[in-house]
Amino acid sequence: MQELIRRYGISLSVIMAAMTAFWLLALVVIPNLVLFKFSFRLYLPVDQLGGPNDVYTLKNYFTFFNSPIHINVFFLTILYSSMVTIICLIITYPLAYILAKVLKPTDTATFFLVLLIPLWVSEILRSFAWFIILSMQGPLNAILTGIGLIDKPIRWISGFQSVVIGLVYAYILFMLFPIYNAIQALDTNQIEASQDLGASTWRTHWRVIIPHAKPGIASGCVMVFMLCAGSVVVPTTLASTNSRWFTEIIQQWMFEGLDWNVGSAYAFLLLALCILFVSLVMRVLNVRLVDIAK
Amino acid sequence: MSEDVHLSQICMDFGSFRAVNNVEVTIKPGEFFSFLGPSGCGKTTILRLISGFMEPTQGAVKIGGKDMKGIRPNARPTALIFQNLALFPLMPVWENITFGLEVRGVSKEIRRAKAEELLQLVDLHDSADKRISQLSGGQKQRVAIARALAVEPKVMLLDEPLSALDLKLRQHMRAELRAIQKRTGVTFIYITHDQGEALAMSDRVGVMSQGVLQQVATPQEIYNNPVNGFVASFVGENNVIAGKVTFVSGGMAQFETAKGSFQAKLGASVATGDSAKLFVRPEFCSLRSANEAKVNSIPVEVTEIAFEGNFVNVFVRDQAGDTHMVQVQNDPSVPPPAPHTTCQMVFNPESCMILSEAATSRHGH
Ligand SMILES: Nc1ncnc2c1ncn2[C@@H]1O[C@H](COP(=O)(O)OP(=O)(O)O)[C@@H](O)[C@H]1O
Ligand SMILES: [Mg+2]
Repeated sequence: MQELIRRYGISLSVIMAAMTAFWLLALVVIPNLVLFKFSFRLYLPVDQLGGPNDVYTLKNYFTFFNSPIHINVFFLTILYSSMVTIICLIITYPLAYILAKVLKPTDTATFFLVLLIPLWVSEILRSFAWFIILSMQGPLNAILTGIGLIDKPIRWISGFQSVVIGLVYAYILFMLFPIYNAIQALDTNQIEASQDLGASTWRTHWRVIIPHAKPGIASGCVMVFMLCAGSVVVPTTLASTNSRWFTEIIQQWMFEGLDWNVGSAYAFLLLALCILFVSLVMRVLNVRLVDIAK
Repeated sequence: MSEDVHLSQICMDFGSFRAVNNVEVTIKPGEFFSFLGPSGCGKTTILRLISGFMEPTQGAVKIGGKDMKGIRPNARPTALIFQNLALFPLMPVWENITFGLEVRGVSKEIRRAKAEELLQLVDLHDSADKRISQLSGGQKQRVAIARALAVEPKVMLLDEPLSALDLKLRQHMRAELRAIQKRTGVTFIYITHDQGEALAMSDRVGVMSQGVLQQVATPQEIYNNPVNGFVASFVGENNVIAGKVTFVSGGMAQFETAKGSFQAKLGASVATGDSAKLFVRPEFCSLRSANEAKVNSIPVEVTEIAFEGNFVNVFVRDQAGDTHMVQVQNDPSVPPPAPHTTCQMVFNPESCMILSEAATSRHGH
């Protein structure tokens, strides 16, 4: 703060601090607190508001635990979010390594620009683009049949297939950057020392590079997982008849059922259960939160 | 246990820049060999060529008579100690040391025992389970040496490994490294820009400038008989006088300069009629009273005395205004002349050399 004042002067610093505080309070904290309160109230007709039925209750939360279908959707959401996370990791790690340690820095800059340009287009448009690419008469099937890899078009948009593809595409950069940063920070001499001592490429990655990149990998995974589990646009745009995402149920409660109370209870459940899941996985893989924050 | 290393007409180009030019040298088995040269002269490049992180543009690296072309660093019988050591911070000391054995599939018990043994060898006890960050600079140094020794290399490559240490520790580690080398009998190829280090530790020294190997010889030979002005001035201090060779007889020459006429040993590649420079070490100069005429004397005035402990540096100025240095033993019974004394700086014809002033440069292609 003192540094800020020294650099920008008192008035500008106060404005900046106030704007940050406004952003946090008015747009994040307060709406969430309101929703949190909603989640413990019942959805009542107007005339009963303030009446004897208007009490704090856990009933909204029990709605979830009493609904096997919703529990099933929740687990599928967790399952496919995990799958997207793992696919992103598998694609990203080699890419991050090549960008950080193999390519010349000048080439890396160009590469990043190319990777970032799609981000200028909104998520909805990018998801919709995938809808077109993956459709039965779409370019992907045309190319694959054209080069003779398949003889009749594949129904891509079925099950969770298209949702997974769309989510991988939407969030892969959130995996790339932390891993790239972590590997970039590794002293190249360490990699060479490992090779010099006789280690194969594989062993060098396993014993030297991956342990070093672990915090980056962990933060990438947490980020991608949470974004996937909370994603609305991609699962709705690329949905097939039998792919339901947990966020879609929340949306249904809120905008079709108009029951904001159960809706917000579901939203907080999703958040809490995801945090629980992530901390469990982190415990199992022996990653600490402080490592990620670094 | 150890192998010879033959660098055969090696050149290394980075684009149009030739970092190593036509280096030809054979390092004997079990030898402590140093490459000495200023920063940027291509020393690290040579080491990376030997360890296999680079392939030479021309020429060949042969270890134990075998051409190393196409053999990756992990398959060469060399171990490199990096300038910044490159220890693995996430592994405890003992895993660092035995990493090379781990990748060869040696069992944990044997590795653990080997780690203890190597820690004894480098004089570092009770540190097997410490983290790298808990060690001091000198201890890290020892771990790096132990880690390299663990793979039983035929050739050990060291890239300025002592440069990060403070002076005291550096001098201690010099002796230590030398002792470890003698004990293990491994060929050591050592890189440094510190002439004191190279002279004190090596069996032979190769002095480099701008990618070219200027001279390969024992430390004494390098110091006493440098082949050119670059080697003379890079290794040790000199008083330098420019002039022209007028007469040569039996390895000695007559040298005419603006400061008078001198007799000196004739260096390599200098002949009668050549313009050259006369190099004389400060410790081979002495001061006499002004009227004592002698060969190789320059009338000077004392300007400054620098007391260094076991010796004294006396700075003098000649009539042309050039400063020279005379080094005398510290002897309280014979104090050095006071400033502003006029006297003669004299030196023996046998202890000064006439050398071509420039080094052989890389611009050969
Ligand atoms: N990978 C490289 N690409 C381009 N130039 C390099 C590379 N490595 C070294 N050089 C150049 O080669 C010269 C010698 O470098 P180096 O061997 O590191 O010198 P030293 O170790 O003697 O200080 C330097 O001028 C350096 O800039
Ligand atoms: Mg170097």
